[in-house]
Amino acid sequence: MNRIAGIINLDEEQDVLDELTYFRCGAAVPFAGRYRMIDFTISNMINSQIDSIAIFVRSKYRSLMDHLEQGKAWDLDRQQGGLFILPPDWNDPTDISKGDLKHFHNNMDFINRVQADYLLISGSQNICNINFQDVLKEHKASNADVTVIYKKVGELYPEHRFAHKLTVDEQNRVTDIHNAQQNQNVYMNMFLIKKSYLYSLVEECIARGNSNLFLDAIKAKSKDIHIHAYEYKGVHALINSVESYYRNSAKLLNETEHDGLFKEESPIFTKVKNETPTKYFPGSNVQKTLVASGCVIEGEVEDSILFRGVKVGKDAIIKNSIIMQKCTIESGAVLENVILDKECKISFDRMLIGAKEKPFVVAKRKKI
Amino acid sequence: MKNKECVAMLLAGGQGTRLKSLTKTIAKPAVYYGGKYRIIDFPLSNCTNSGINTVGVLTQYEPLILNDYIGIGSAWDLDRQFGGVSVLPPYTQSEGGSWYSGTADAIYRNINFLDQYNPEHVLILSGDHIYKMDYGRMLEYHKSSEADCTISVIEVPWDEANRFGIMNTNELGEIIDFDEKPAFPMSNLASMGVYIFRYDVLKKYLIEDAKKHTSSHDFGKDIIPELLQDEKHLMSYKFEGYWKDVGTVESLWRANMDLLEGKTELDLNDYSWQIYSNNPNHTAQYVAPNAEVQGALIGEGCRIYGTINRSVLFYGVHMKKGSLIQESVIMPNVRIGKNVKIFRSIIEEGSVIEDNAVIGNPMPTSDITLFSNGEYQGYKICNYDEVGEIS
Repeated sequence: MNRIAGIINLDEEQDVLDELTYFRCGAAVPFAGRYRMIDFTISNMINSQIDSIAIFVRSKYRSLMDHLEQGKAWDLDRQQGGLFILPPDWNDPTDISKGDLKHFHNNMDFINRVQADYLLISGSQNICNINFQDVLKEHKASNADVTVIYKKVGELYPEHRFAHKLTVDEQNRVTDIHNAQQNQNVYMNMFLIKKSYLYSLVEECIARGNSNLFLDAIKAKSKDIHIHAYEYKGVHALINSVESYYRNSAKLLNETEHDGLFKEESPIFTKVKNETPTKYFPGSNVQKTLVASGCVIEGEVEDSILFRGVKVGKDAIIKNSIIMQKCTIESGAVLENVILDKECKISFDRMLIGAKEKPFVVAKRKKI
Repeated sequence: MKNKECVAMLLAGGQGTRLKSLTKTIAKPAVYYGGKYRIIDFPLSNCTNSGINTVGVLTQYEPLILNDYIGIGSAWDLDRQFGGVSVLPPYTQSEGGSWYSGTADAIYRNINFLDQYNPEHVLILSGDHIYKMDYGRMLEYHKSSEADCTISVIEVPWDEANRFGIMNTNELGEIIDFDEKPAFPMSNLASMGVYIFRYDVLKKYLIEDAKKHTSSHDFGKDIIPELLQDEKHLMSYKFEGYWKDVGTVESLWRANMDLLEGKTELDLNDYSWQIYSNNPNHTAQYVAPNAEVQGALIGEGCRIYGTINRSVLFYGVHMKKGSLIQESVIMPNVRIGKNVKIFRSIIEEGSVIEDNAVIGNPMPTSDITLFSNGEYQGYKICNYDEVGEIS
């Protein structure tokens, strides 16, 4: 077995989820009742025997560090390998690198030391359940320089507009990388590369004064180097806006969709809090809803997601909404098409109704 | 020398035969309770919350699950450099070995363990009860009254006093006499099986007791009477609050049902005194369209497609359409098929229940049915057609 190390590059991800990313980076946004976005990338890596993982962070990573701790939830608190959170603290006076190459240049120590022949470099916005060992198999068989991962999406949504698209030939070789709107081959911001090849790309890019590894070393050269395309066929969600967050969360209320993402053989791990089982009072009415532990429900909840420790008072009504950790919805309050960030409080008899296509988002710790 | 003021010794070797097949392969302290916990979570969490961070867990009967569950004690913050949790099974020495022959013998044979910490006081606990208690306050009381031994007591109804070890006390709270299950109780103060000893006193009496061949090496039967006979200073410490022995199928079921009342005596949601436990990784629970949940405690990873009435479901239970669970306790990872009816039952971990099965008796005073992977425990399975629809 050839060993792979993981790099989760959050450097180029913008904080695009409005109120949800006011105080945290996108990777730390809560998702699916009890997870954070980054749990999917990390869990996919550890389920693929990747046990050395570096995270390149740039800003708003306090919440992320609190979530990851020493990586215990993913068995990444190791003597060998483990989790490395690498913030932008670099002091090399001879450093001339720019953009995300600054991360690669200044964290060469990690790349040098890690016991792996291959690197899997990924972002955190593509939610999926993928095995990277399968990607490595195809990568080796194709003799490619780089393997990029893509999803052929059935229907194009606004969130796919900003993603890179691939043109792929019959041998699954990438012939072009671009932003053509009608192309359905959405690049998932994940690629596999041999460590030694990455060195040469990084050096070359820095020498040329480039600022983005993927754009300048891979996309720009897509006709010169051998790029293999690995097609991921499972459940996929690209989350880069409040609308895509809301729509893809709601999709999880469908069992097939949910089970495609949360598989028994490759589970998604997250930091587990010690919470009580959820309590349903007589007279409560819950339908088509995902509920995390520690909730106390007396009211009505439909087509929604409740995170840990949410309290829903008597006669409160929640529809098509996402209610994050430790929110309190007092009795008689009505919420429809709403996203409440953590620890919000909605008082007695208040009514909040958002649009179906554009949910009303309430920032962390607001009292209404 | 570094020492600990108080070390706890938790007796967790009990078989709990009255729990029938629930304790066939696990010790009683490892029995499930309350939708995610095991009984032992209560004394262990009480220790952590009381500031006692050195705990010896004495195991004997079927220790595999218990050992695995306790691990290095991380769930209770008991993974420590000095102290923490230690599992103490019986062991062999150069002159041979044997099982622990009684509660006192179990502690006696771990004097080496206690000596490592050189404690001033030793707290003896049992792993059989559901309760939240601040042992720290009891220790303060024990120290301020300068007792050799303090025993925690709880008032029980007079008509049940004959089922307990009863402490007769004077007006100062000093224990003057002890009756094990008296036919005619003189007091209704029952021992909770929670003792704090001065270690020097305990050690002396344990060593003496071990030499006696006639002794049954039991705290209640031998050590306490011996202390009373020698007129040692024994104090009672009155505990008020929820305290339940879950020694039978019926009482285990009832203690679970207690959690479903609107305002419960035992508040698991109280963040100032949390009960910690191992938290397995599960997805959020899913309540399907047309499911109905009325009064329930439901763990993570459950999938509910049917109707639930006044029941406790542990994590990972899947329940299909058309099924009904009423006044029952469903332990982890049970699979329930379509159109199943379950009344007043405890369904054991990992059971698979086929479509259209009917388990248990819906009559309000009927016995509780225990169901374990296709085997019913002693109780008659009721014929649903005979009973008719239950509202």
